Amino acid sequence: MIKLLNVRKGFNLGRPNEFIAVGGVTLAMEANRVTVLKGPSGSGKTTLLSLIGCMARPTSGRITLRRGLLAGGYFPGGADAPEVEVTSLPERFLTEVRRRTFGFIFQQFNLVKGITVLENVMLPAYPLGEAHGAVKKRAHALLEMFDLAGRAVAKVEWLSGGEAQRVAIARALMNDPPVIIADEPTAHLDSKLSVAFMEIIARLKEQGKTAVIASHDPLVFGAPMVDRVVAVRDGLIDGEGQ
Amino acid sequence: MTGWIEKNRSILDFTLSSLLRRKGKNLSLFAVYTLVVFMLGSAMFLTQAMKREAALILKDAPEIVVQRLLGGRYDPIPLEYSEKIRAIRGVSTAGPRLWGYYYDPVIGANYTLMVPRTDAPPPEKIIIGSGVSRSRKAGQGDIFSFRGYDGDNRNFTVAGELSPESELVSADLILMAEADFRGLFGFPAGQATDIVVSVRNPKEVLTIARKVAELLPDTRPIVRDEMVRTYDSVFDWRGGIVVVLLMMALLAFVIFAWEKASGLSADEKREIGILKAIGWETSDVIAVKAYEGLLVSFFSFSAGLLAAYGHVFFFSAFLFVPALKGWSVLYPEYRITPFIDLYQVAVLFFLTVVPYTVATIIPSWRAAIIDPDSVMRS
Repeated sequence: MIKLLNVRKGFNLGRPNEFIAVGGVTLAMEANRVTVLKGPSGSGKTTLLSLIGCMARPTSGRITLRRGLLAGGYFPGGADAPEVEVTSLPERFLTEVRRRTFGFIFQQFNLVKGITVLENVMLPAYPLGEAHGAVKKRAHALLEMFDLAGRAVAKVEWLSGGEAQRVAIARALMNDPPVIIADEPTAHLDSKLSVAFMEIIARLKEQGKTAVIASHDPLVFGAPMVDRVVAVRDGLIDGEGQ
Repeated sequence: MTGWIEKNRSILDFTLSSLLRRKGKNLSLFAVYTLVVFMLGSAMFLTQAMKREAALILKDAPEIVVQRLLGGRYDPIPLEYSEKIRAIRGVSTAGPRLWGYYYDPVIGANYTLMVPRTDAPPPEKIIIGSGVSRSRKAGQGDIFSFRGYDGDNRNFTVAGELSPESELVSADLILMAEADFRGLFGFPAGQATDIVVSVRNPKEVLTIARKVAELLPDTRPIVRDEMVRTYDSVFDWRGGIVVVLLMMALLAFVIFAWEKASGLSADEKREIGILKAIGWETSDVIAVKAYEGLLVSFFSFSAGLLAAYGHVFFFSAFLFVPALKGWSVLYPEYRITPFIDLYQVAVLFFLTVVPYTVATIIPSWRAAIIDPDSVMRS
């Protein structure tokens, strides 16, 4: 369970260009479900995803994660607490949460150019200090899973849009996180690849993963495996649908 | 511990691939960095080696040289002074020396003419230093014609050349017989240029020098240590000029390094954002940049130092010779004995590697402490 309690996020506070991206959102998302945040550009979806994924801190409000979502035997705040409030954790712990709990799929894929597909997929595991051989083996298995085994040594800039996205998904899954966060994942894909992406999400859901996706693509929020659609507008929740 | 090693191995792996990705930038940094270390290293090696060379040669110099002064200026010294000096307790030998300068208008250079205390050449024969031999293209059997004090020309036949081992201080030397020397310069009989004194107990050198000055108040005793110090300061000064010039080069390098290494491109900033977003800590990002800085520094420093070593000790520092060696027109030409002062190498290391590495880390740290969500908005 991921809970947001009256979460607000503002930028340039106190300055003439002050801007409130998220204006007090309260929301609870079930584990092992696919939740889509739906809304037009500038509605605050991406900011909400950043806050949920511990990439930024809210200006006010609280975000809590169910203990089971904190993978890797990592227990800030005591091993017995059923929930952990992540908004008040120091940066070092937030990095740990980002690394082990969330796998991110960005709108622009955000692959590191100039290095190979395999190295890109391995990147999230580097700070964990695992044996290089084991990391490589896992990365190869993920590439195999996404039908990219033949592209392992290719530079990422040589990939097609669909391939780049699958590499981004493989990278997101590298540390086996329980939650996948995807920001406009189909923005640069054609309809066929968008459907293929949602099929991958369905597979991940079957494996017990939770997914939070921000999108205004009907192929995403209308897909059968989506459990819940939350409409976002002007930084606020604007209705829901199943 | 194994985890720490594996983590750093992976980070180093990523660093190497990062360096290869930005070949152009890193190669230009490497080239400039190597050049600066090469120039500073060359000046340092050459100055040190020359000081050592001069010290080795001066090791055999007389312990005390006594000159006569007249009106505060140098004047020939009477031969009987050597008898008086020899009578001082503790003096083992005291003998007159004859030497002077001769200006050769043919090549526009000064020679040092000297009568050796032992094994002097026969009359009308001379032994020449290798600088003289080179500039006059003269060898054994050739004839030198010197214009004497009275305007008459005197001919001397070259009987041999001095060993090039001592070339640093003997390049412009010509050895001749006493009678020839006196005849050429009109040097009065019963007088010498100076008197060299050797002392039984080296600890008494200063006491003997003081006694000479007391016994012969119109003389000036010069002890060997003073000569060594003079050579040291001459070479330090010459090295200093080059070092000052090179400091400017170093400053230019620091500005260049700051500009090149510290100015993170938009791509690099984006990359740091990606790494942070996928779970890298600020310290991991800084580790990558520190490794990058250290690798570029280490290889450039090593390459620059090796090149400087080759330049000074295998190619006789051909780029710096006019500024650093000899005060005569006849520059010494010989291969310097390799000598490295580790202290100076360490100083050079800290002057280049440390500032460069810091220059690369600070901006990366600034970029690495930003919220990773900036990457979501790129």
